[in-house]
Amino acid sequence: MPRSLSRFARDYLLPTGTLVAVLVLWEVAYRVFKIPRFIVPAPSAIIAETWEWRFRLVEHTWVTLYETLAGFGLSIAVGVPLAVLIVYSPVLRNALYPLIVVTQSVPKVAIAPVLLLVLGHGEASKLVVAFLVAFFPIVVDTATGLAATPEELLDLSRSYRTSQLKTFVKVRFPMALPFFFSGLKVAITLALIGAVVGEFVGSDKGLGYIILSATSYWKADLAFGAIFLLSLMAIVLFALVALVERLVCPWYAAEQQQ
Amino acid sequence: MIRLEKVDKTYRTRRGDLVHAVADITLEVRENEFVTLVGPSGCGKSTLLKLVAGLVPASQGTIRVRDEVVRGPFPDVGFLFQHPVLLPWRTVFDNVMFSIEMLGLESRSYRARARELLSLTGLAGFDTKYPRELSGGMQQRVAICRALIHDPGLLLMDEPFGALDAMTREEMSLELLRIWEDRRKTIFFVTHSIPEAILLADRVVVMTPRPGRIARVLEIDLPRPRSVELEFDERFKAYSHAIRSDIFAPRTDREYATLA
Repeated sequence: MPRSLSRFARDYLLPTGTLVAVLVLWEVAYRVFKIPRFIVPAPSAIIAETWEWRFRLVEHTWVTLYETLAGFGLSIAVGVPLAVLIVYSPVLRNALYPLIVVTQSVPKVAIAPVLLLVLGHGEASKLVVAFLVAFFPIVVDTATGLAATPEELLDLSRSYRTSQLKTFVKVRFPMALPFFFSGLKVAITLALIGAVVGEFVGSDKGLGYIILSATSYWKADLAFGAIFLLSLMAIVLFALVALVERLVCPWYAAEQQQ
Repeated sequence: MIRLEKVDKTYRTRRGDLVHAVADITLEVRENEFVTLVGPSGCGKSTLLKLVAGLVPASQGTIRVRDEVVRGPFPDVGFLFQHPVLLPWRTVFDNVMFSIEMLGLESRSYRARARELLSLTGLAGFDTKYPRELSGGMQQRVAICRALIHDPGLLLMDEPFGALDAMTREEMSLELLRIWEDRRKTIFFVTHSIPEAILLADRVVVMTPRPGRIARVLEIDLPRPRSVELEFDERFKAYSHAIRSDIFAPRTDREYATLA
Protein backbone atom coordinates (compact mmCIF):
# COMPACT_ATOMS: atom_id res chain seq x y z
CA MET A 1 0.00 0.00 0.00
CA PRO A 2 2.01 2.97 -1.26
CA ARG A 3 -0.31 5.53 0.31
CA SER A 4 0.02 4.34 3.88
CA LEU A 5 3.73 3.93 3.23
CA SER A 6 4.05 7.55 2.19
CA ARG A 7 2.06 8.52 5.28
CA PHE A 8 4.41 6.49 7.44
CA ALA A 9 7.34 8.24 5.78
CA ARG A 10 5.78 11.63 6.36
CA ASP A 11 4.79 11.04 9.98
CA TYR A 12 7.77 9.06 11.26
CA LEU A 13 10.67 8.73 8.84
CA LEU A 14 10.92 12.40 8.04
CA PRO A 15 11.17 13.73 11.62
CA THR A 16 13.43 10.84 12.70
CA GLY A 17 15.67 11.43 9.71
CA THR A 18 15.89 15.12 10.53
CA LEU A 19 16.86 14.33 14.10
CA VAL A 20 19.56 11.90 13.03
CA ALA A 21 20.88 14.42 10.50
CA VAL A 22 21.10 17.10 13.19
CA LEU A 23 22.98 14.74 15.51
CA VAL A 24 25.42 13.73 12.78
CA LEU A 25 25.98 17.37 11.84
CA TRP A 26 26.55 18.17 15.50
CA GLU A 27 29.09 15.39 15.87
CA VAL A 28 30.90 16.46 12.68
CA ALA A 29 30.95 20.13 13.68
CA TYR A 30 32.30 19.17 17.10
CA ARG A 31 35.17 17.27 15.53
CA VAL A 32 35.89 19.69 12.68
CA PHE A 33 35.77 22.90 14.73
CA LYS A 34 37.27 21.28 17.82
CA ILE A 35 34.66 22.71 20.16
CA PRO A 36 35.77 22.39 23.81
CA ARG A 37 33.97 19.54 25.54
CA PHE A 38 32.89 21.65 28.52
CA ILE A 39 30.99 24.07 26.27
CA VAL A 40 29.14 21.76 23.91
CA PRO A 41 29.94 18.06 24.11
CA ALA A 42 29.54 15.73 21.16
CA PRO A 43 26.47 13.47 21.03
CA SER A 44 28.79 10.46 21.35
CA ALA A 45 30.30 11.89 24.53
CA ILE A 46 26.85 12.61 25.96
CA ILE A 47 25.76 9.05 25.28
CA ALA A 48 28.92 7.63 26.81
CA GLU A 49 28.68 9.79 29.93
CA THR A 50 24.98 9.08 30.38
CA TRP A 51 25.68 5.37 30.14
CA GLU A 52 28.47 5.71 32.67
CA TRP A 53 26.12 7.41 35.12
CA ARG A 54 23.09 5.28 34.31
CA PHE A 55 22.38 3.91 37.81
CA ARG A 56 22.68 7.26 39.54
CA LEU A 57 20.65 8.92 36.79
CA VAL A 58 17.81 6.43 37.17
CA GLU A 59 17.64 7.22 40.88
CA HIS A 60 17.46 10.96 40.23
CA THR A 61 14.97 10.50 37.39
CA TRP A 62 12.80 8.62 39.82
CA VAL A 63 12.83 11.53 42.28
CA THR A 64 11.88 14.10 39.64
CA LEU A 65 9.19 11.79 38.30
CA TYR A 66 7.74 11.37 41.77
CA GLU A 67 7.70 15.13 42.42
CA THR A 68 6.08 15.77 39.05
CA LEU A 69 3.39 13.13 39.41
CA ALA A 70 2.60 14.03 43.01
CA GLY A 71 2.31 17.72 42.11
CA PHE A 72 0.19 16.82 39.10
CA GLY A 73 -2.05 14.56 41.18
CA LEU A 74 -2.48 17.26 43.77
CA SER A 75 -3.37 19.80 41.09
CA ILE A 76 -6.13 17.49 39.82
CA ALA A 77 -7.39 16.83 43.35
CA VAL A 78 -7.61 20.56 44.05
CA GLY A 79 -8.29 21.89 40.55
CA VAL A 80 -11.35 19.84 39.64
CA PRO A 81 -13.39 20.56 42.82
CA LEU A 82 -12.41 24.21 42.48
CA ALA A 83 -13.67 24.25 38.89
CA VAL A 84 -16.95 22.66 40.01
CA LEU A 85 -17.40 25.25 42.76
CA ILE A 86 -16.68 28.10 40.37
CA VAL A 87 -19.18 26.88 37.81
CA TYR A 88 -21.97 26.07 40.24
CA SER A 89 -21.75 29.06 42.54
CA PRO A 90 -21.62 32.61 41.15
CA VAL A 91 -20.66 33.88 44.61
CA LEU A 92 -17.67 31.55 44.81
CA ARG A 93 -16.76 32.38 41.24
CA ASN A 94 -16.53 36.05 42.12
CA ALA A 95 -14.71 35.26 45.35
CA LEU A 96 -12.19 32.74 44.02
CA TYR A 97 -11.50 33.55 40.41
CA PRO A 98 -9.49 36.74 40.96
CA LEU A 99 -7.51 34.95 43.64
CA ILE A 100 -6.67 32.07 41.33
CA VAL A 101 -5.56 34.51 38.64
CA VAL A 102 -3.38 36.29 41.21
CA THR A 103 -1.65 33.02 42.14
CA GLN A 104 -0.84 32.67 38.46
CA SER A 105 0.60 36.14 38.11
CA VAL A 106 3.17 35.42 40.83
CA PRO A 107 6.27 34.00 39.09
CA LYS A 108 6.80 30.50 40.47
CA VAL A 109 10.57 30.85 40.27
CA ALA A 110 10.24 33.82 42.60
CA ILE A 111 8.26 32.05 45.29
CA ALA A 112 10.18 28.78 45.10
CA PRO A 113 12.86 30.00 47.57
CA VAL A 114 10.14 31.03 50.02
CA LEU A 115 8.47 27.64 49.68
CA LEU A 116 11.82 26.03 50.35
CA LEU A 117 12.10 28.08 53.50
CA VAL A 118 8.70 26.90 54.68
CA LEU A 119 8.69 23.30 53.47
CA GLY A 120 12.35 22.49 53.67
CA HIS A 121 14.84 21.03 51.26
CA GLY A 122 12.99 17.80 50.60
CA GLU A 123 10.54 16.70 47.93
CA ALA A 124 7.55 18.52 49.45
CA SER A 125 8.69 21.93 48.29
CA LYS A 126 9.19 20.71 44.67
CA LEU A 127 5.85 19.00 44.70
CA VAL A 128 4.18 22.23 45.77
CA VAL A 129 5.89 24.25 43.03
CA ALA A 130 4.77 21.63 40.50
CA PHE A 131 1.25 21.83 41.90
CA LEU A 132 1.19 25.63 41.76
CA VAL A 133 2.05 25.77 38.07
CA ALA A 134 -0.11 22.81 37.07
CA PHE A 135 -3.42 23.49 38.79
CA PHE A 136 -4.28 26.67 36.89
CA PRO A 137 -4.87 25.15 33.44
CA ILE A 138 -6.83 22.34 35.09
CA VAL A 139 -9.15 24.75 36.89
CA VAL A 140 -9.64 27.00 33.88
CA ASP A 141 -10.17 24.26 31.32
CA THR A 142 -12.42 22.13 33.52
CA ALA A 143 -14.51 25.17 34.42
CA THR A 144 -14.78 26.11 30.75
CA GLY A 145 -15.81 22.56 29.92
CA LEU A 146 -18.44 22.42 32.66
CA ALA A 147 -19.86 25.73 31.48
CA ALA A 148 -19.91 24.54 27.87
CA THR A 149 -22.88 22.19 28.29
CA PRO A 150 -25.54 23.41 25.86
CA GLU A 151 -28.32 25.33 27.60
CA GLU A 152 -30.85 23.04 25.91
CA LEU A 153 -29.49 19.94 27.63
CA LEU A 154 -29.73 21.66 30.99
CA ASP A 155 -33.31 22.71 30.21
CA LEU A 156 -34.06 19.14 29.21
CA SER A 157 -32.64 17.81 32.47
CA ARG A 158 -34.58 20.36 34.46
CA SER A 159 -37.81 19.50 32.70
CA TYR A 160 -37.24 15.87 33.64
CA ARG A 161 -36.73 17.09 37.20
CA THR A 162 -33.42 15.28 37.31
CA SER A 163 -31.27 16.03 40.34
CA GLN A 164 -28.27 18.33 39.94
CA LEU A 165 -25.96 15.48 40.88
CA LYS A 166 -27.35 13.16 38.23
CA THR A 167 -27.21 15.91 35.61
CA PHE A 168 -23.60 16.48 36.59
CA VAL A 169 -22.68 12.81 36.33
CA LYS A 170 -24.62 12.03 33.16
CA VAL A 171 -24.28 15.26 31.21
CA ARG A 172 -22.02 18.02 32.46
CA PHE A 173 -18.99 16.06 33.54
CA PRO A 174 -18.72 13.87 30.43
CA MET A 175 -19.30 16.99 28.34
CA ALA A 176 -16.38 18.66 30.13
CA LEU A 177 -13.99 15.71 29.77
CA PRO A 178 -12.27 16.80 26.53
CA PHE A 179 -11.66 20.22 28.09
CA PHE A 180 -10.41 18.58 31.28
CA PHE A 181 -7.94 16.51 29.29
CA SER A 182 -6.63 19.46 27.32
CA GLY A 183 -5.99 21.07 30.71
CA LEU A 184 -4.23 17.91 31.88
CA LYS A 185 -1.96 17.89 28.84
CA VAL A 186 -0.79 21.41 29.59
CA ALA A 187 -0.59 20.66 33.32
CA ILE A 188 1.60 17.57 33.08
CA THR A 189 4.24 19.46 31.10
CA LEU A 190 4.08 22.39 33.49
CA ALA A 191 4.29 20.10 36.53
CA LEU A 192 7.60 18.74 35.29
CA ILE A 193 8.92 22.27 34.75
CA GLY A 194 7.74 23.18 38.26
CA ALA A 195 9.54 20.21 39.79
CA VAL A 196 12.80 21.08 38.02
CA VAL A 197 12.49 24.74 39.04
CA GLY A 198 12.04 23.60 42.62
CA GLU A 199 15.15 21.43 42.32
CA PHE A 200 17.15 24.31 40.89
CA VAL A 201 16.36 26.48 43.88
CA GLY A 202 17.70 24.01 46.36
CA SER A 203 17.95 20.26 46.52
CA ASP A 204 20.34 17.36 46.60
CA LYS A 205 18.25 15.04 44.44
CA GLY A 206 16.55 14.99 41.06
CA LEU A 207 17.54 15.71 37.48
CA GLY A 208 17.41 19.46 38.09
CA TYR A 209 20.01 19.00 40.80
CA ILE A 210 22.15 16.88 38.43
CA ILE A 211 22.06 19.59 35.75
CA LEU A 212 23.02 22.26 38.24
CA SER A 213 25.85 20.34 39.89
CA ALA A 214 27.18 18.88 36.61
CA THR A 215 27.49 22.33 35.04
CA SER A 216 29.21 23.69 38.12
CA TYR A 217 31.84 20.96 37.63
CA TRP A 218 32.09 21.78 33.88
CA LYS A 219 30.54 18.40 33.09
CA ALA A 220 28.33 19.59 30.21
CA ASP A 221 27.97 16.06 28.82
CA LEU A 222 26.27 14.84 31.98
CA ALA A 223 24.07 17.94 32.06
CA PHE A 224 23.01 17.23 28.49
CA GLY A 225 22.27 13.64 29.44
CA ALA A 226 19.99 14.82 32.24
CA ILE A 227 18.29 17.29 29.89
CA PHE A 228 17.69 14.48 27.45
CA LEU A 229 16.13 12.37 30.21
CA LEU A 230 13.89 15.27 31.24
CA SER A 231 12.69 15.72 27.67
CA LEU A 232 12.06 12.03 27.37
CA MET A 233 10.08 12.10 30.60
CA ALA A 234 8.01 15.05 29.37
CA ILE A 235 7.22 13.28 26.10
CA VAL A 236 6.30 9.99 27.78
CA LEU A 237 4.09 11.70 30.39
CA PHE A 238 2.33 13.76 27.73
CA ALA A 239 1.79 10.68 25.58
CA LEU A 240 0.37 8.81 28.58
CA VAL A 241 -2.15 11.57 29.28
CA ALA A 242 -3.08 11.63 25.58
CA LEU A 243 -3.52 7.84 25.68
CA VAL A 244 -5.79 7.99 28.74
CA GLU A 245 -7.78 10.72 27.00
CA ARG A 246 -8.33 8.50 24.01
CA LEU A 247 -9.42 5.62 26.23
CA VAL A 248 -11.75 7.75 28.35
CA CYS A 249 -13.32 9.83 25.58
CA PRO A 250 -12.96 7.92 22.32
CA TRP A 251 -15.84 9.89 20.81
CA TYR A 252 -13.80 13.05 21.02
CA ALA A 253 -10.75 11.57 19.29
CA ALA A 254 -13.05 10.29 16.55
CA GLU A 255 -14.60 13.74 16.14
CA GLN A 256 -11.16 15.32 15.87
CA GLN A 257 -10.21 12.95 13.10
CA GLN A 258 -13.19 13.88 10.96
CA MET B 1 -54.48 21.26 27.27
CA ILE B 2 -52.56 24.51 27.62
CA ARG B 3 -54.20 27.67 28.79
CA LEU B 4 -52.33 30.94 29.02
CA GLU B 5 -54.04 33.88 30.67
CA LYS B 6 -52.64 37.39 30.38
CA VAL B 7 -49.12 36.06 30.59
CA ASP B 8 -46.36 38.61 30.80
CA LYS B 9 -42.65 38.01 31.09
CA THR B 10 -39.92 40.47 31.86
CA TYR B 11 -36.45 39.19 32.59
CA ARG B 12 -33.09 40.63 33.40
CA THR B 13 -30.15 39.81 31.17
CA ARG B 14 -26.74 38.99 32.60
CA ARG B 15 -25.68 42.53 31.92
CA GLY B 16 -28.56 43.75 34.02
CA ASP B 17 -30.84 45.09 31.30
CA LEU B 18 -34.55 44.48 31.62
CA VAL B 19 -36.14 42.76 28.66
CA HIS B 20 -39.87 42.70 28.17
CA ALA B 21 -40.09 39.43 26.28
CA VAL B 22 -43.79 38.72 25.96
CA ALA B 23 -46.81 40.77 26.86
CA ASP B 24 -50.43 39.95 27.54
CA ILE B 25 -50.52 36.48 26.03
CA THR B 26 -53.89 34.80 26.25
CA LEU B 27 -54.15 31.57 24.33
CA GLU B 28 -55.66 28.15 24.56
CA VAL B 29 -54.21 25.04 22.94
CA ARG B 30 -56.53 22.08 22.68
CA GLU B 31 -55.67 18.46 23.34
CA ASN B 32 -53.86 16.86 20.35
CA GLU B 33 -53.80 20.13 18.52
CA PHE B 34 -50.84 21.20 16.41
CA VAL B 35 -50.22 24.88 17.07
CA THR B 36 -47.38 26.77 15.45
CA LEU B 37 -46.03 30.03 16.70
CA VAL B 38 -44.56 32.32 14.09
CA GLY B 39 -42.97 35.72 14.44
CA PRO B 40 -39.82 37.70 13.84
CA SER B 41 -36.60 36.89 15.71
CA GLY B 42 -36.62 38.08 19.27
CA CYS B 43 -40.39 38.19 19.66
CA GLY B 44 -40.25 35.96 22.71
CA LYS B 45 -41.34 32.75 21.00
CA SER B 46 -38.76 30.65 22.80
CA THR B 47 -39.53 32.39 26.08
CA LEU B 48 -43.15 31.39 25.62
CA LEU B 49 -42.13 27.74 25.25
CA LYS B 50 -40.02 27.90 28.39
CA LEU B 51 -42.93 29.48 30.24
CA VAL B 52 -45.25 26.67 29.21
CA ALA B 53 -42.63 24.07 30.23
CA GLY B 54 -42.31 25.73 33.63
CA LEU B 55 -38.61 26.33 33.10
CA VAL B 56 -39.04 30.03 33.77
CA PRO B 57 -41.77 31.63 35.88
CA ALA B 58 -44.19 34.13 34.39
CA SER B 59 -43.95 37.68 35.66
CA GLN B 60 -47.70 38.01 35.48
CA GLY B 61 -50.67 35.90 34.51
CA THR B 62 -51.23 32.18 34.85
CA ILE B 63 -50.32 29.18 32.77
CA ARG B 64 -52.29 25.98 33.09
CA VAL B 65 -51.48 22.63 31.59
CA ARG B 66 -54.28 20.10 31.92
CA ASP B 67 -56.05 22.46 34.34
CA GLU B 68 -53.08 22.54 36.66
CA VAL B 69 -51.24 25.77 37.24
CA VAL B 70 -47.65 25.44 36.05
CA ARG B 71 -45.31 26.30 38.92
CA GLY B 72 -42.19 24.49 37.78
CA PRO B 73 -40.92 21.93 35.29
CA PHE B 74 -43.05 18.84 34.75
CA PRO B 75 -41.97 15.67 32.98
CA ASP B 76 -45.02 15.11 30.75
CA VAL B 77 -43.28 17.08 28.05
CA GLY B 78 -40.96 16.32 25.16
CA PHE B 79 -38.49 18.88 23.87
CA LEU B 80 -37.06 19.47 20.45
CA PHE B 81 -34.56 22.26 19.92
CA GLN B 82 -32.98 23.87 16.91
CA HIS B 83 -29.91 21.71 17.43
CA PRO B 84 -30.27 18.02 18.20
CA VAL B 85 -27.97 18.35 21.29
CA LEU B 86 -27.31 14.63 21.45
CA LEU B 87 -24.66 13.26 23.78
CA PRO B 88 -21.65 12.47 21.58
CA TRP B 89 -20.42 9.63 23.79
CA ARG B 90 -23.68 7.73 23.55
CA THR B 91 -24.90 5.58 20.70
CA VAL B 92 -28.11 6.48 18.90
CA PHE B 93 -30.01 3.95 21.00
CA ASP B 94 -28.57 5.20 24.28
CA ASN B 95 -29.34 8.77 23.26
CA VAL B 96 -32.98 7.81 22.85
CA MET B 97 -32.91 6.10 26.25
CA PHE B 98 -31.43 9.25 27.80
CA SER B 99 -34.91 10.57 28.65
CA ILE B 100 -35.81 7.34 30.41
CA GLU B 101 -32.63 7.38 32.50
CA MET B 102 -32.98 11.02 33.42
CA LEU B 103 -36.60 10.49 34.41
CA GLY B 104 -35.48 7.60 36.60
CA LEU B 105 -37.74 5.11 34.81
CA GLU B 106 -37.08 1.42 34.39
CA SER B 107 -34.93 1.17 31.22
CA ARG B 108 -35.86 -2.38 30.44
CA SER B 109 -39.51 -1.64 29.80
CA TYR B 110 -38.70 1.06 27.24
CA ARG B 111 -36.14 -0.73 25.09
CA ALA B 112 -38.68 -2.19 22.69
CA ARG B 113 -40.35 1.18 22.39
CA ALA B 114 -37.02 2.84 21.59
CA ARG B 115 -36.46 0.36 18.76
CA GLU B 116 -39.97 0.92 17.48
CA LEU B 117 -39.48 4.71 17.46
CA LEU B 118 -36.16 4.36 15.67
CA SER B 119 -37.74 2.36 12.90
CA LEU B 120 -40.71 4.75 12.78
CA THR B 121 -38.27 7.59 12.09
CA GLY B 122 -36.32 5.57 9.54
CA LEU B 123 -33.37 4.90 11.81
CA ALA B 124 -33.68 1.14 12.08
CA GLY B 125 -30.21 -0.37 11.97
CA PHE B 126 -28.55 2.78 13.25
CA ASP B 127 -28.89 1.93 16.98
CA THR B 128 -25.20 1.37 17.54
CA LYS B 129 -23.99 4.34 15.50
CA TYR B 130 -22.71 7.48 17.15
CA PRO B 131 -24.21 10.93 16.51
CA ARG B 132 -21.12 12.07 14.59
CA GLU B 133 -21.75 9.31 12.05
CA LEU B 134 -25.19 10.72 11.19
CA SER B 135 -26.26 13.67 9.08
CA GLY B 136 -27.90 16.70 10.70
CA GLY B 137 -31.35 15.51 9.66
CA MET B 138 -30.78 12.04 11.08
CA GLN B 139 -29.48 13.49 14.33
CA GLN B 140 -32.65 15.50 14.62
CA ARG B 141 -34.67 12.31 14.09
CA VAL B 142 -32.81 10.79 17.03
CA ALA B 143 -33.78 13.86 19.04
CA ILE B 144 -37.41 13.30 18.01
CA CYS B 145 -37.20 9.73 19.32
CA ARG B 146 -35.69 11.02 22.56
CA ALA B 147 -38.57 13.48 22.89
CA LEU B 148 -41.18 10.77 22.29
CA ILE B 149 -39.79 7.80 24.20
CA HIS B 150 -41.51 8.57 27.50
CA ASP B 151 -44.75 9.22 25.65
CA PRO B 152 -45.34 12.78 26.83
CA GLY B 153 -48.69 14.44 26.23
CA LEU B 154 -47.10 17.67 25.15
CA LEU B 155 -44.34 18.34 22.65
CA LEU B 156 -42.55 21.67 22.72
CA MET B 157 -40.50 22.41 19.65
CA ASP B 158 -38.23 25.39 19.30
CA GLU B 159 -37.40 25.85 15.59
CA PRO B 160 -36.46 22.19 15.39
CA PHE B 161 -35.70 22.25 11.67
CA GLY B 162 -34.16 25.72 11.60
CA ALA B 163 -30.59 24.46 11.31
CA LEU B 164 -31.29 22.05 8.46
CA ASP B 165 -30.96 22.73 4.75
CA ALA B 166 -34.17 23.59 2.88
CA MET B 167 -34.73 20.14 1.39
CA THR B 168 -34.11 18.19 4.58
CA ARG B 169 -36.27 20.70 6.36
CA GLU B 170 -39.27 20.02 4.14
CA GLU B 171 -38.73 16.29 4.42
CA MET B 172 -38.55 16.51 8.23
CA SER B 173 -41.73 18.60 8.43
CA LEU B 174 -43.66 15.97 6.51
CA GLU B 175 -42.04 13.26 8.60
CA LEU B 176 -43.13 15.00 11.78
CA LEU B 177 -46.67 15.25 10.43
CA ARG B 178 -46.64 11.56 9.62
CA ILE B 179 -45.52 10.68 13.14
CA TRP B 180 -48.08 13.02 14.59
CA GLU B 181 -50.90 11.46 12.52
CA ASP B 182 -49.73 8.10 13.81
CA ARG B 183 -49.66 9.06 17.49
CA ARG B 184 -51.47 12.24 18.27
CA LYS B 185 -50.03 14.68 20.76
CA THR B 186 -50.40 18.31 21.57
CA ILE B 187 -47.64 20.13 19.75
CA PHE B 188 -46.54 23.67 20.37
CA PHE B 189 -44.12 24.49 17.60
CA VAL B 190 -42.06 27.65 17.25
CA THR B 191 -40.73 28.67 13.85
CA HIS B 192 -39.84 31.73 11.88
CA SER B 193 -40.72 30.12 8.59
CA ILE B 194 -44.20 31.14 7.52
CA PRO B 195 -44.73 28.25 5.04
CA GLU B 196 -43.61 25.76 7.68
CA ALA B 197 -45.99 27.28 10.20
CA ILE B 198 -48.94 26.92 7.81
CA LEU B 199 -48.01 23.50 6.47
CA LEU B 200 -47.90 21.92 9.92
CA ALA B 201 -50.55 23.65 11.94
CA ASP B 202 -54.14 23.40 12.92
CA ARG B 203 -53.75 26.96 14.07
CA VAL B 204 -51.00 29.50 13.56
CA VAL B 205 -50.31 32.04 16.27
CA VAL B 206 -48.71 35.14 14.80
CA MET B 207 -46.59 37.24 17.11
CA THR B 208 -45.36 40.81 16.89
CA PRO B 209 -41.80 41.96 17.68
CA ARG B 210 -40.68 42.52 21.25
CA PRO B 211 -42.46 42.59 23.48
CA GLY B 212 -44.14 39.66 21.77
CA ARG B 213 -47.88 39.98 21.60
CA ILE B 214 -50.35 37.85 19.74
CA ALA B 215 -51.21 39.68 16.55
CA ARG B 216 -53.56 37.05 15.23
CA VAL B 217 -54.57 33.44 15.62
CA LEU B 218 -55.22 31.85 12.28
CA GLU B 219 -57.30 28.70 11.90
CA ILE B 220 -55.69 26.69 9.06
CA ASP B 221 -58.43 25.03 7.10
CA LEU B 222 -56.42 22.76 4.84
CA PRO B 223 -57.01 19.01 4.41
CA ARG B 224 -54.77 16.44 6.06
CA PRO B 225 -52.58 14.55 5.38
CA ARG B 226 -50.74 17.48 3.93
CA SER B 227 -48.01 17.67 1.35
CA VAL B 228 -45.72 20.37 0.05
CA GLU B 229 -47.94 20.82 -3.03
CA LEU B 230 -50.29 22.68 -0.73
CA GLU B 231 -47.96 25.65 -1.00
CA PHE B 232 -49.44 26.29 -4.45
CA ASP B 233 -52.98 26.22 -3.08
CA GLU B 234 -54.74 29.59 -3.13
CA ARG B 235 -55.79 29.29 0.51
CA PHE B 236 -52.20 28.60 1.50
CA LYS B 237 -51.11 31.76 -0.29
CA ALA B 238 -53.86 33.76 1.37
CA TYR B 239 -52.79 32.54 4.83
CA SER B 240 -49.20 33.31 4.03
CA HIS B 241 -50.12 36.79 2.91
CA ALA B 242 -52.17 37.45 6.02
CA ILE B 243 -49.35 36.35 8.33
CA ARG B 244 -46.79 38.36 6.43
CA SER B 245 -48.83 41.52 6.66
CA ASP B 246 -49.32 41.00 10.40
CA ILE B 247 -45.63 40.59 11.03
CA PHE B 248 -44.45 43.37 8.77
CA ALA B 249 -47.25 45.84 9.53
CA PRO B 250 -45.79 49.25 10.38
CA ARG B 251 -45.40 49.66 14.06
CA THR B 252 -47.55 52.78 14.28
CA ASP B 253 -50.49 50.91 12.79
CA ARG B 254 -50.17 48.20 15.33
CA GLU B 255 -49.87 50.55 18.23
CA TYR B 256 -52.94 52.28 16.96
CA ALA B 257 -54.70 48.93 16.76
CA THR B 258 -53.85 48.02 20.35
CA LEU B 259 -55.05 51.41 21.53
CA ALA B 260 -58.35 51.12 19.70
